[in-house]
Amino acid sequence: MKRENREVMEGSHAVAHAVKNCSPDVIAAYPITPQTHIVEKLSQFVADGELKSEYLKVESEFSAMSACVGASATGTRTFTATSSQGLILMDEVLYNASGLRLPIVMVVANRAVGAPINIWNDHSDSMGVRDSGWIQLYAESNQEVLDMAIQSYKIAENDDVRLPAMVCMDGFILTHTYEPVSIPTKEEVSDFLPEFDPEHKLDPEDPKSFGTVGFPGDFMEFKYQQHEAMQNAKEVIPEVFKEYSEKMGREYNGLIEEYKTEDADVILISLGSVIGTLKDTVDDLRNEGEKVGLIKVRVFRPFPEKQLIDAIEGARAVGVLDKNISLGNKGALYSELLDSLYNSDITPLTINFIAGLGGRDIPESSAKKMYEKTKDVAERGYVEDEIKFVDLKEA
Amino acid sequence: MDEFDTSATNTWCPGCGNFAILRSFKDVLNNLNKEEVKKEDIAITTGIGCHGKIFDYLDVSGFYSIHGRAAATATGIKIGNPDLEVISFEGDGDAYNEGISHLVHAARRNIDITVLVHDNKIYALTTGQFTPTTPIGYKGKSTPKGNIEPPLNPIEFMIASKASFVARGFAGDRKHLKNLIHKSIKHKGFSIINILQPTVAFQNTWKYFRERVYKLQETKHDPKNKIQAIKKSKENEQKIPIGIFYKKQRKTYQQAINEQTTNKKQNIHKVIENLK
Ligand SMILES: Cc1ncc(C[n+]2csc(CCOP(=O)(O)OP(=O)(O)O)c2C)c(N)n1
Ligand code: SF4
Repeated sequence: MKRENREVMEGSHAVAHAVKNCSPDVIAAYPITPQTHIVEKLSQFVADGELKSEYLKVESEFSAMSACVGASATGTRTFTATSSQGLILMDEVLYNASGLRLPIVMVVANRAVGAPINIWNDHSDSMGVRDSGWIQLYAESNQEVLDMAIQSYKIAENDDVRLPAMVCMDGFILTHTYEPVSIPTKEEVSDFLPEFDPEHKLDPEDPKSFGTVGFPGDFMEFKYQQHEAMQNAKEVIPEVFKEYSEKMGREYNGLIEEYKTEDADVILISLGSVIGTLKDTVDDLRNEGEKVGLIKVRVFRPFPEKQLIDAIEGARAVGVLDKNISLGNKGALYSELLDSLYNSDITPLTINFIAGLGGRDIPESSAKKMYEKTKDVAERGYVEDEIKFVDLKEA
Repeated sequence: MDEFDTSATNTWCPGCGNFAILRSFKDVLNNLNKEEVKKEDIAITTGIGCHGKIFDYLDVSGFYSIHGRAAATATGIKIGNPDLEVISFEGDGDAYNEGISHLVHAARRNIDITVLVHDNKIYALTTGQFTPTTPIGYKGKSTPKGNIEPPLNPIEFMIASKASFVARGFAGDRKHLKNLIHKSIKHKGFSIINILQPTVAFQNTWKYFRERVYKLQETKHDPKNKIQAIKKSKENEQKIPIGIFYKKQRKTYQQAINEQTTNKKQNIHKVIENLK
């Protein structure tokens, strides 16, 4: 185990420290709650001379992502952060970034999307852009999000991947909460993350074209390559995690993390900071003799279907907690799990819990109810009402 | 309590310039009421920011728009129901950064809406980052070493965008502001008032503006003269003029549409006549 130099700070500042040590050349951002503290801290680092970076304070999120696209194409390491309305305003440019294969790293402070206007946490923003070709990681804690920021550069810049990456952290719950964290030094980060030196970049010495028209004769191949890069990422991410664990001394073991699943009859699955509550719930239930386990989805894009199927094999029922809903269908994590299950050899009963929308608290008592409901499904052998809004007020 | 009050608790900081804008606007509504413009004839929309909370404090129809899009939303409301007086409240960040393109096009088209910009020269709700009207040198959390970007001149910009009514107000002179708002609503066509709105939380500018503002109407300024208006717009350091810089009646978007439809009908009639 390496020496731990722990400091107490808010989540936003923890990420900012980690990003600083990755030495991005260009940062472009626009303020939005609850993200703002991240880029303000970076701005302070630049002003104090602690970070040598071009910091652009642009006129909108659309410009922020556009500036990152331009800067990244010249072969520089770029960073931005946003939230909610800001993220969906970037949507058009997100596709541009991934289609141009630019390894931009962005932190998303997850927040609900209006109307009604709401600044609190859920996952509607990042889940809404899950088809934009970005890698997506979801953090449980401040330590994890700062580690993920560093790991993301290494994943995104890998030659077999070369895709932009989004690190998602729950707004307020993580961004504004003070926790002790251990931040790898600049030297440690440099040892882990080599300088960014892409083979293809805009360089007057060696002229190249970026973003040409993809005619019907070629377009499919471009998309296939992006698809392939996502598949490659399924291999690359665990390797990056492993190297990080070895170098920094903190365990990162794969696209998903299993918790007390071996003999579990009932498994709960979710992502983000709610995992903390769910772990406590599982511990309590285990003490009461319940055979319950938990799966944390750390990487949502690429989707870890094989890992999930292996992990839930043996469970009779699975309850998936989504902090978002694809209106007219189901929660994102749940529906993607269902489509992974269809061609697999296992047929667990499944139920979807929609919870925590717009910042509604998810206490342990609610988590217990979700467990009870899932257990009930397992015992009855069928699901009555598949999509359940948790803690909905009575009309 | 008057007819336009709501039960929402006001969360603006004591001493904020937004109070004067709210009070002046309510006074205007009461006056309009006497002129047969009823509450039901008014619709408002706002951007997102401290200014946007005015929506909660006014018992008038409408809705919060999204950040930067209030002018575009107001345009939609006006086209949907041309009988409404549509007023859009925006912040300087909202209007001149995120949503600046909407202002240009609403002005160019001469949509008959009124835009009231609460210009506090800062993103207030997101706690003090610089905006396009922040002076060079301002030190905030996003600009720890001072702002280096030359500010936008909203008056000059809106005149250049072909707005048919361009004015500046000051939250420190309610009587004057009330009068301006009333005129801007009465104006047929696109009207905008850039309201100097001191914020007490970030850069308290009450004293700064009090010492500098003077009224255009007390000078020989002719609001019909565009060149003069542009010249005046550049005067904004030692002395800061408030009042109507530029005002010109020209065809509104709605009038242009009506003309086109009437012409079309007449032409069709002509064709039918000729066929007979
Ligand atoms: C697309 C988008 N980006 C960012 C935000 C975050 N945001 C909320 S209010 C605001 C700025 C408000 O500043 P201003 O318009 O000047 O109004 P003020 O608060 O000063 O009245 C910002 C950036 C948002 N709501 N939507
Ligand atoms: S922060 Fe500034 S603009 Fe917002 S309410 Fe307070 S004084 Fe007014």
